[in-house]
Amino acid sequence: MRGITKRFPGIVANDNISFSVKKGEIHALLGENGAGKSTLMNVLFGLYQPEEGEILINEKPVKITSPNVANELGIGMVHQHFMLVETFTVTENIVLGNEPKSGLQIDIKKAVKAVEELSNQYGLKVDPNAKIEQISVGMQQRVEILKTLYRGADILIFDEPTAVLTPQEINELIEIMQSLVKEGKTIILITHKLKEIMAVCDSVTIIRRGKVIDSLKVKDTNPDDLAAKMVGREVNFSVDKQEAQPKGPILQVENVVTRGNRGVNALNGISFEVRSGEILGIAGVDGNGQSELIEVLTGLRKADSGRVLLNGKDITNHTPRDISESGLSHIPEDRHKRGLVLDFTMSENMVLETYFHPTFNKNGFLDYAAIDKHAAKLIEEFDVRTPSIHTPARALSGGNQQKAIIAREVDKNPDLLIAAQPTRGLDVGAIEFIHRRLVDQRDKGKAVLMLSLELDEIINVSDRIAVIYEGKIVGIVDAKSTTEQELGLMMSGGNRKQGGGTDE
Amino acid sequence: MNKAIAIFTKESFLVPVIAIILGLLVGAIAMLAGGFNPILAYTALVEKVFGSAYNFGETIRQITPLIFTGLAVAFAFRTGLFNIGAEGQFIVGMVAATTVGVAFELPAIIHAPLAILAGAIAGGLWGSVAGYLKAKRGVNEVITSIMMNWIALYLANWVMNSFFVPKGQQRSEMVHDSAIITITWLSQMFDNARLHWGTLIAVLAAIFFYVIMWKTRTGYELRAVGLNPHASEYAGMNVNRNVIKAMFISGLFAGIGGAAEILGVFHYQAILTAQPGYGFDGIAVALIGGNTPIGVILGAILFGILSFGAAGIKFTAGVPVELIRVVIASVIFFVAAHGIVKVFVKPILKKKEGGN
Repeated sequence: MRGITKRFPGIVANDNISFSVKKGEIHALLGENGAGKSTLMNVLFGLYQPEEGEILINEKPVKITSPNVANELGIGMVHQHFMLVETFTVTENIVLGNEPKSGLQIDIKKAVKAVEELSNQYGLKVDPNAKIEQISVGMQQRVEILKTLYRGADILIFDEPTAVLTPQEINELIEIMQSLVKEGKTIILITHKLKEIMAVCDSVTIIRRGKVIDSLKVKDTNPDDLAAKMVGREVNFSVDKQEAQPKGPILQVENVVTRGNRGVNALNGISFEVRSGEILGIAGVDGNGQSELIEVLTGLRKADSGRVLLNGKDITNHTPRDISESGLSHIPEDRHKRGLVLDFTMSENMVLETYFHPTFNKNGFLDYAAIDKHAAKLIEEFDVRTPSIHTPARALSGGNQQKAIIAREVDKNPDLLIAAQPTRGLDVGAIEFIHRRLVDQRDKGKAVLMLSLELDEIINVSDRIAVIYEGKIVGIVDAKSTTEQELGLMMSGGNRKQGGGTDE
Repeated sequence: MNKAIAIFTKESFLVPVIAIILGLLVGAIAMLAGGFNPILAYTALVEKVFGSAYNFGETIRQITPLIFTGLAVAFAFRTGLFNIGAEGQFIVGMVAATTVGVAFELPAIIHAPLAILAGAIAGGLWGSVAGYLKAKRGVNEVITSIMMNWIALYLANWVMNSFFVPKGQQRSEMVHDSAIITITWLSQMFDNARLHWGTLIAVLAAIFFYVIMWKTRTGYELRAVGLNPHASEYAGMNVNRNVIKAMFISGLFAGIGGAAEILGVFHYQAILTAQPGYGFDGIAVALIGGNTPIGVILGAILFGILSFGAAGIKFTAGVPVELIRVVIASVIFFVAAHGIVKVFVKPILKKKEGGN
């Protein structure tokens, strides 16, 4: 790609970007959220047309006017948000739009065979006859990869492929990418995770604010150097913090039982407490009751039995508003589903839980001038980058959306802050910022309950770590003295099983 | 002057105007294919609507209920609900207004407002049944509100037959003069076209729509729930209550529309042989108007002119009603399908940029 420039109203998303990928290599495209990586790849995939510049494949200039043209040229894209039909089988999804036919009917046997062949050739394990809605996220991603291979892709673009995967699935994906390259495919990996780049990539191009900062071989660099180039300054990976000064309990959870969406118990008598001035991290493999726990604490799900006390006051099964007003803030795990009304302006989003307070609400009429002032203050203070406070939340990058939510939640000055996967899908700059805010909150003598699927984050940020397994806390350890191995064992229920456990 | 040009070349202005022109062109082709003269037909339409004071007044009468039902559909739509039941809410509004108008004898200053209020509340409650079923039982409001239309229709006829229709008649007794909202002096100016205060109330209702939706705490909640019920629940809003509230307010608009039709136009309620159709047309009006109050008013004007002017096409140009419906449908089709129109608008906008 040479001299690609793509402008959007108000910003230059790609400013004269040139970079080249060699056949058979894994090339990383590294940059913060909103740096212009996705735009660049959408240009390559034919979703956007560049204002300037040209694209060459095998040294021949090409015009990619649509994704169909990209497919014909052998470019395939594995999107971050899967584009699959949930009620179709794996095979049906893979051949969709390109079905082998016998007469007017789809030759499903032939399709299954083709999928099996591809799947064996590249070591992508899938069940061709399973429905998408029944298979794991990791397998769904393999289906996406197979889809591109089925269409004869030689260049595969992976857009943030690990954002939705568990650590084990990430390792599998890395193996898949390596085997794809062995088969002669070329991979472009869009990511902001340095660990992955160091693990699989051959070379890396760093983009910052729409410009290429550097293009280099992975073996000639190190994570610190890459991070600095990506963010534009030195980045501190370990979280700087003083010793915790915990005092009395803020949140007490006693023997809480609740049913999950499948009707079986998601929480089986869970008990723990969070003290003021500490960060309690909850570690666990996804699906062990974390989401249900947070929903019970925040009033979004009813507890069948047990008690939840906030500052000694019983808040079990109170309404979300009552709990929020009692001094609990919640950074939700899914910011698009819970955290923001995406089509509201930033200003409106900043008062989502406080719009009815007398400051903003005068006899049933909202004082939009006061709301705007409040929003402007928070956005400034938390460095949320938005064109204006009247921009819809949808238009912001994930990192800025998350910063806005944190601004809103911290500003409520809660006694307990619940942060569920607060840095999911964010880049190092934003992660650093968010971790610092959590520690600030703790240092002000507040309690923080953090839930994360990333062990690094749990170990770095927390003071104490509680491990959840099958809806119960199986152990609480000191973050300073524990190890990933110890936590990993507890997360798989290891220390509870009496001999011959069913460790997988 | 430049400012004027800027307004007239703005996309938000150009798109609907070009849509109407395209719709009329397609309608013209349809008429040509049927062997009729489109120029004659469109001239007849314009003459029908603007040709005489009476017809112009009647066009306004035609527009008024469309504003109410359009607002009803648009309001629900803004809160994430699809209110197909404006028809039924309109009918119960009629019934309530007739009831109050016939059964009570009160001074005019109380009687007319009370009758309108009764219509509003009846429509609102009718709408909130669908809202309640959605909130508490998860029943899709599209299905319930359609069913409620038929229940309203037959309930209205039953109420009329049982209490208000004299033996052997097909319509109720007249409402008392004190409940009538016809503007006599204005009607006389328009050769006795049936003009009434309902038109003014419709405009006030549009303002009320805007204020409640974008200025109040209630509107903030309704919009939040409509756009993202999960986030609203997280923020402590009562999603179910807001769904019911939204359907109630939506029904209010349609109910007033029904009441104004009785009190301002007919002064009695006839036994209905079919749905009056304003509720369904309201869906198209809301769609044309982009679910904004000002858009609904403009959409209702367009719709009212087309459907009232259609009579002129029929008489003067001899075009059959079916073909006129094709013309109306093609105009609505293009107005609703912004995307298609933008393809036509783009070159014009480009030229403008080049010119400056």
